[in-house]
Amino acid sequence: MKTSLDNSVVTRRNSVLRVINSIKTSDIVRTSKRIKHSYRQIRTEKIFRRTLIFMGVAMVLLVLGIMLTLIVESVPSIKSLGIGYLWGKVWDPVRDIYGAYPFLLGTLLTSFLALAISVPFSFAVAIVLGEYYPKGWLSNLLKNTVELIAAVPSVIYGFWGLAVLVPIVRSFETKVGVQPVGIGIFSASLILSVMIIPYAASLGRAMIQMVPSQLKEAASALGATRWEVIRSVILPYTKSGLFAGILLSLGRALGETMAVTMVIGNTSLIPKNIFSPGNTMASVIANEFTEADHPVYLSALIELGLVLFLVTVVINMIGKRIIKRYTTV
Amino acid sequence: MNAHIKYRIGKSRGFQALTIVLACACVVPLIAILAYIFKEGITKINWHFFTNVPKPVGEPGGGIANALLGSVIVISVASLIAIPVGILCGIYLSENKTTKLAYWCGLCVDVLQGVPSIVIGIIAYFWLVKPFGSFSALSGSIALSIMMLPIVIRSTEETLKLLPDSLKEAAFALGMPFHRVILKVIVPCGISGILSGVMLSVARIAGETAPLLFTAFGNPYLSVSITKPMQTLPLLIFNYATSPYNDWHDLAWGASLVLLAWVLLLNIITKITTRKWKVQL
Repeated sequence: MKTSLDNSVVTRRNSVLRVINSIKTSDIVRTSKRIKHSYRQIRTEKIFRRTLIFMGVAMVLLVLGIMLTLIVESVPSIKSLGIGYLWGKVWDPVRDIYGAYPFLLGTLLTSFLALAISVPFSFAVAIVLGEYYPKGWLSNLLKNTVELIAAVPSVIYGFWGLAVLVPIVRSFETKVGVQPVGIGIFSASLILSVMIIPYAASLGRAMIQMVPSQLKEAASALGATRWEVIRSVILPYTKSGLFAGILLSLGRALGETMAVTMVIGNTSLIPKNIFSPGNTMASVIANEFTEADHPVYLSALIELGLVLFLVTVVINMIGKRIIKRYTTV
Repeated sequence: MNAHIKYRIGKSRGFQALTIVLACACVVPLIAILAYIFKEGITKINWHFFTNVPKPVGEPGGGIANALLGSVIVISVASLIAIPVGILCGIYLSENKTTKLAYWCGLCVDVLQGVPSIVIGIIAYFWLVKPFGSFSALSGSIALSIMMLPIVIRSTEETLKLLPDSLKEAAFALGMPFHRVILKVIVPCGISGILSGVMLSVARIAGETAPLLFTAFGNPYLSVSITKPMQTLPLLIFNYATSPYNDWHDLAWGASLVLLAWVLLLNIITKITTRKWKVQL
């Protein structure tokens, strides 16, 4: 009896020992591997999270770095030329006279002229695609074609403008009776106005499509015609959205370099009228940056870049703010 | 009264016709440009055009091999830099919507999107050209990658925000660690959206000239070294289009057609793939 019990204990103990043995030989190794593996996973996870945060920080640093570089590099010009630089009327690097007024004027003239030409077209596209024909292959085609306008590289617009548009403008100028130069602010504005159509158009379309249909139906039920619905319901409702679209177009027009440089004529004189050649802030930087041979000259150009940067950033931020408020409510 | 109603209806119809005419008029310049470039460019393109470097003024012939190769190199290096950074940053923005850093980061991306390309050229000049003492293809690539970043980041962020949260929660419930959830579940689900953003950004920088003016600078010879000046297609078009020589204009027309075909093709492919993807979603 006792021996059998002992035997059974022994066998039980043996079996326990055997189990422990088997754990020791294979499973413990495996579990420790698994633990190591999950430790590694945790570590990778931490590294991954840290990388993500680092990327976020890097983006902030990048923009701060851009701003800081522009400010630091334009310090010599701010110091030696002062704030009067911005409305000095003469730009003559050879005699060391720097005034940015011709370029400010040129930039404002080209951008606002381009805006004035393009706004009716882009609003027409927005209304047609948003209200009259929101669906169908024809409107799809129109939408995609208008979006392709933004895809064409600006240097190609410039080349085309130089070869095709400038002769047309020149013959137009002969008819009007101003000096037929062809290249000048007017040509630049025409090219720009084509280039900026898609920005206001696609945003305007999205905004017009977001107008609640009850409002439109209510107006129609009261007997309003299609045009009256658009004028008294859709346009007031999308007012700020359309304004944001205009701002984005303006920001684009202000910063556009290549197409403008190729057709504007590049003279640093104050433009007399909208047909005379001129220069914009972006085009003067593109033309003279590699020629700038002394520090104040270079720094004056960079200060123009700084002004351009600040203006476009402010305009873009206002536009984006309006869009964000619109789409979240 | 009846006349008044007729007048209103007529006005409405008139306005409709006017907007349609104006809207269709927008397409005219684009078609004019495409047709003109095609007409001018197609006669200049042949095998010789793709395999030779430009000849000096006066000699007929010559091609754009150096600009093509340069464009491919500059754009590839820019993509190598911008795509990983952009996607990771987009993931960060879509995963952390409420933190302060995400707010500032989003703001900076918005700012970056609005920066004029010429300003980015200035920045790359001061960061990379001036310290190293010479114009280089690498500095051009970095300038272009800065231009790519906001597009990649925004498209990644928007795509990942569209994915349902349940997907992520299911993966977490299975005990997957964070990085595997993102890289093995979330990113593959949104890969088409991310890819379309990447392609759009490549199309955008393929035609950029302004940031390359002071960085890659241009080079009349075939060059593969990224620490030396390099010719790219848009630079070649700009330099030759503004030159007074007819031979060079011909080269520029051919190059314009190549560049235009490249950019439009990328855009159209992107449009088609995104449409497909939206249907699948």
